[in-house]
Amino acid sequence: MAILECKNLSKHYGKVAALEGVDLSIEPGRVVGLLGPNGSGKTTFIKLVNGLLTPTAGEVFIEGAKPGPASKALVAYLPDRDFLADWMTVEQQIRFFADFYKDFDPEKAREMMARLGIDPAQRFKTLSKGTREKVQLILVMSRKARLYLLDEPIGGVDPATRDFILDTIIRNYNPEAAVIISTHLISDVESVLDEVIFLKEGRVLLHEAADSIRETQGTSVDRYFREVFKC
Amino acid sequence: MDWTFRGDQPIYAQLISRIKQGIVSGDLPPGSRLPSVRDLATEAGVNPNTMQRALQELEREGMVYSQRTAGRFVTEDVHLIEGAKRAFAAEHIRVFLEGMGKLGYGRGEILALLQEEKEDAHGNSGM
Repeated sequence: MAILECKNLSKHYGKVAALEGVDLSIEPGRVVGLLGPNGSGKTTFIKLVNGLLTPTAGEVFIEGAKPGPASKALVAYLPDRDFLADWMTVEQQIRFFADFYKDFDPEKAREMMARLGIDPAQRFKTLSKGTREKVQLILVMSRKARLYLLDEPIGGVDPATRDFILDTIIRNYNPEAAVIISTHLISDVESVLDEVIFLKEGRVLLHEAADSIRETQGTSVDRYFREVFKC
Repeated sequence: MDWTFRGDQPIYAQLISRIKQGIVSGDLPPGSRLPSVRDLATEAGVNPNTMQRALQELEREGMVYSQRTAGRFVTEDVHLIEGAKRAFAAEHIRVFLEGMGKLGYGRGEILALLQEEKEDAHGNSGM
């Protein structure tokens, strides 16, 4: 069964269609790039899937169920901004996640923090932007979820941090789970993707295997994206 | 191994070529055990499904074989490895001749240049 299924999924804000008629399904074991320029509906899509927004029309199913408490236990979501209480220390945040999510592995999180030299006693607000992003990603990836929704995980981090993030995604690969990575920095994530979805003005322009794009177009997904979205 | 990828070819095809090069160069000796799919994928920075696909293709070609519990191994068939090496060599030569042809060199001139290069190399390195 598909982990994620959308049928005619649409979200309108007044007369503006942020997302329009999205039909797609994502199978377990896939790493999917949700690619589109700014304002193409990537974040709206992710928020609809994890139930932070309600659709104007259409439906979304996670393992056959509509977004709700049951689906939230299956979905690990990394928002595109700081989402943790910044007065907490890293260790307090680890315990907070452990209280919240049954599938969270605190030892795994502590081990990854240690590998990056992040002091668990430090308060979140005293960390640099890059380190805050690493902490948030580690917490999200230390869950044993069925669907990971990573909204712009590599926006605004240095190349070494970006490598760590991609490495973490590969290391945590689980054939039972799917990962959706939204980004417009395509060349950086290309090699870890199975499938790509191009979003344009709220619609799915293309949903294809990344290697099949390279094969049929004779060009990288990044170059192809630039052609399709040429201003 | 160097794991950088060109944009104009599928990544699985580039992985096949890279691993084969490792085998023909002896970096991955005949009969040696390959790292797990996950470790190879992490090292190469690619999706594990893509690495799996590449290894399956190498298996189909006989360059690697799997033993159900022990993992994947490089073939011990040295003729097969030699054949793959020759195929790489033929491809290098084809590209080389094509480049030289674009510069306007004929076969005879190319051979003369290669001979000169060989003598230079002898002179410089004292080999």
